[in-house]
Amino acid sequence: MSKPKGKMPGTPARPSNAKTMNRLDLTRRLLARLGHEEAVIAGIGNTNFDLWAAGQRAQNFYMLGSMGLAFPIALGVAIAQPQRRVVAIEGDGSLLMQLGCLTTIAAQAPRNLTLIVMDNGIYQITGGQPTPAAAVSDIVAIARGCGLSESAWALDEEDFERLVASALSARKPVLIAGRIDDSPGAEGISRDPVQIRERFMRGIGVRTC
Amino acid sequence: MVQISQAPRAWHEVLQRTLKANGVRLVTFVPDRVLTPLIANIQADPFFTAFATAREEEAVGILAGAWMGGMPGAVLMQTSGFATLANVLASMAVPYQIPLIMVVSERGTLGEFNWGQALACRTLRPVLQSLAMEHHTITHDGELEFVADRSIKQAVATQAPVALILSPLLTGGKQFKS
Repeated sequence: MSKPKGKMPGTPARPSNAKTMNRLDLTRRLLARLGHEEAVIAGIGNTNFDLWAAGQRAQNFYMLGSMGLAFPIALGVAIAQPQRRVVAIEGDGSLLMQLGCLTTIAAQAPRNLTLIVMDNGIYQITGGQPTPAAAVSDIVAIARGCGLSESAWALDEEDFERLVASALSARKPVLIAGRIDDSPGAEGISRDPVQIRERFMRGIGVRTC
Repeated sequence: MVQISQAPRAWHEVLQRTLKANGVRLVTFVPDRVLTPLIANIQADPFFTAFATAREEEAVGILAGAWMGGMPGAVLMQTSGFATLANVLASMAVPYQIPLIMVVSERGTLGEFNWGQALACRTLRPVLQSLAMEHHTITHDGELEFVADRSIKQAVATQAPVALILSPLLTGGKQFKS
């Protein structure tokens, strides 16, 4: 009896027709679709760095630690401001730190929250080690199993843009996963947490001065 | 002469009222036996948005986002849950200056029967002290409202986290059934 064949490390379980894309390019495509002061929260490391590089909007929030909390932070913003669309961008390794949050988001079912997973199957920033999920787990299947029915792989850049456009008018939380390459993030992000937070709070209308 | 005994308000009623009086509308929690009446009453009160999370640091992340979005909140947890929070406190709540209100039901002391809980409890105050975080242990009804109310106001005014530790002396704690 032959053992079932696993996929090679670094090749996440995903539809075989999903194109390998680029995080900075997808982030730019996402921002180009925004036009209503949507809040954008990006996870630590490269996800953050590329959001910074893609355009420093006042409605962007950058994390400097707390791996895995981009989705929970975004859920909080979405609950506090139900009239504003909120987008969270998270790496696959970060999401693995806090998979349980997908169940919380499914249970709360905010109508204004879009979740984006940049999936390269590796911890790029620490040396490119494969995640435990890389060869065996399908992030979209996990999300669906958690109750996020509107979860899909972006098959290419045009598909990603179409899914984002649809998510921004959806009435349920939506999760979009994109297979990305192993490019490092862009350099140059600010690391002043108070400045980041104050700017974000002004950007989403909580601070007025 | 008939004595009409007026039962003092239970600790959880006082705490619920104090959260409400301070506009703390969002409550995230990981359940705890002692906190059960507080959780049940808050969930039944339409003033609050209250729900369980899978993990305490997730609950903290949600509160940080909600506060930045203009909605104050508090997280309810047990001592062992607090023991999972050092990273999120050090990398988010403290440096981003988030007025995170933590209500910690204290297990692991005054009659604990589980050694693991007793040891987890010993990490609670050293972690709070190492980050120079405001924290108070509340031991009786008479001080509860003052400590909770003032602490919430101070957390908001100074944009600094605070931990309210509910001692078994206040709540009765979890009792060992032999």
